Amino acid sequence: MAERKVTVMSEVGLHARPAATFVQTAAQAPFDVTVAKFGVPPVNAKSILSVLALDVRQGETIVISAEAEGADELLDRLAAIASAP
Amino acid sequence: MSADRLAGVGVSPGAGYGPAHRLVREIPEPPRGSRHGGDAEAERRRAERALEQVAADLSARGDRAGGEARDVLAAQAMMALDPGLASVVAELVGQGVSAPRAVFEAFGKYRDLLAGAGDYLAGRVADLDDIRDRAVATLEGLPLPGLPQDPPEPYVLVARDLAPADTALLDPVAVAAFVTEEGGPTSHTAILARSLGVPAVVGCAGATAIPPGTRVLVDGSTGAVRLSPAEEEVARAMRADADQDALLATVTGPGATADGHAVPLLANVGGPADIAPALAAGAEGVGLFRTEFLFLDREDPPTWEEQQDAYRAVFEAFSGSRVVVRVLDAGADKPLDFLPPPAPEPNPALGERGVRMFRHYPDVLAAQLDALARAAEGTSARVQVMAPMVATVEEAAWFADACRTAGLPSSGVMIEIPAAALRAADIAAVTGFFSIGTNDLTQYALAADREAGALAGLQDPWHPAVLDLVALAASAAAAAGRECGLCGEAAADPALACVFAGLGVTSLSMAALALPRVRAALARHTLDACRRAAAAARAENSAAAARAAARAELPALAELSL
Repeated sequence: MAERKVTVMSEVGLHARPAATFVQTAAQAPFDVTVAKFGVPPVNAKSILSVLALDVRQGETIVISAEAEGADELLDRLAAIASAP
Repeated sequence: MSADRLAGVGVSPGAGYGPAHRLVREIPEPPRGSRHGGDAEAERRRAERALEQVAADLSARGDRAGGEARDVLAAQAMMALDPGLASVVAELVGQGVSAPRAVFEAFGKYRDLLAGAGDYLAGRVADLDDIRDRAVATLEGLPLPGLPQDPPEPYVLVARDLAPADTALLDPVAVAAFVTEEGGPTSHTAILARSLGVPAVVGCAGATAIPPGTRVLVDGSTGAVRLSPAEEEVARAMRADADQDALLATVTGPGATADGHAVPLLANVGGPADIAPALAAGAEGVGLFRTEFLFLDREDPPTWEEQQDAYRAVFEAFSGSRVVVRVLDAGADKPLDFLPPPAPEPNPALGERGVRMFRHYPDVLAAQLDALARAAEGTSARVQVMAPMVATVEEAAWFADACRTAGLPSSGVMIEIPAAALRAADIAAVTGFFSIGTNDLTQYALAADREAGALAGLQDPWHPAVLDLVALAASAAAAAGRECGLCGEAAADPALACVFAGLGVTSLSMAALALPRVRAALARHTLDACRRAAAAARAENSAAAARAAARAELPALAELSL
């Protein structure tokens, strides 16, 4: 299982444009991708509604995970989106 | 076949042509326990196609709008196509639940999740409800709720009746005509249509049964509504309409009655976009410069410089003319984040709004008056400033003082509360001029909330009680040697405009599009005829009778097809 732990840096958190970009990118993967916040069960990273409901604010840490061959490149891209200011 | 012809009462002249859009306020909840016929896979596909359709519409709207709106609408399209939502729908349909009910419940699940995540997501909850309603409407074959967003061509708005709340966000350029099943010549629809210059037919039986998208030709003079007309018929109607506009356009120059009694015709301006149409329509100045546009939808008040620039743009466009500025009218239907009411209000229309709000935030008023005074320097516009929602002499005097302190020589008050009209003589003693706001004056005189669609019948400026209040204010102003203008939507009704002139109103301010018709109506009647029309209207005991009596004294209206 590959995973990335990142702190969300955007002022709006993982909402609005960062959330849309994040979900659109995850949706391109042919495998399952999840995102979790501390203390909350992981949700489908391809679901905008689930990601919004996670309500990740600026400064919070999330874990992005995928269980597939070659997931590293996608997880790096997602981590970069989530940690962009 | 008679089903392709409907008839109602023409209340706003002109011809309009476009696809019908049926205005629906709410999409009813699909009944709990509604089941599909048994083919779960077909039903699931039906739900999927409806959601795809909604997403495609949202994306197309975004592409037409461009800019920031494109991103917002693309995000909403993503919500409609959400895989989590789709799997909840599939699960419910698999259990036998009908597609509309399954979609409704699936959205409900995410709605609860987002609503539980706190204030930050409140806006998303409203988005989600809108997407849900669109998907359910698509599945049920119902028209989509609300006004069309960024329509590709002007549409004919069809409704049972229109309330101010329905039309607040209406873009007049996007509407070819109004057709309502209910309502009379004095309804909100009629007043709004005239003020926007949009043709309208009201009381049109069968209107709400017009299939959405049907091309409709509307004659706002005769009340004829033609469904799917031939091209030649549309072309003929449009030519006749253009001829009528050309006839009205021959009446130019300052507003005056046939015998030369001047009634300056001014424009209502709500932002920079209204300046050019006002000048093009020959407005002699601005009778109501609404300043809310600078303050709405923001967390902090606009800076002093920002205000000054916006005011100067209007003053320079109308150099040499009168510009009547209404200071910020916050509260009630226009709440502002940075001017919260001091306590929760059970009835905002009767709460802290207009000048009352400034008593709590005198710094905001001082900053606005200061910006106005500076903007007026170096322009030749005759700047006058007025306060909304004045009820007492004490408030009028307080505002006049604040204006003097800021160096603004001409200050006045709006007459929109019955108490102010009843005691207009007292108020005239401490203020420079009046401007009657008929929308609020009607709301308060008849105790009928402007936001309440069901009370549309009472929101009628033709009501003799409203005309009496106008008469009181105008005669008190005349006795004190003060001007008494009028700036509500009612001024856009050519017949009412003549009645107001007859009651002693000294200037009329309205949406620019309404100016040519009002100018033509005044030019064809003497001041004496206007006075007779006013007296005849006040002698009646209902709005409808008042209108009929006034029109009987104003024969040229019919000749002008007004």
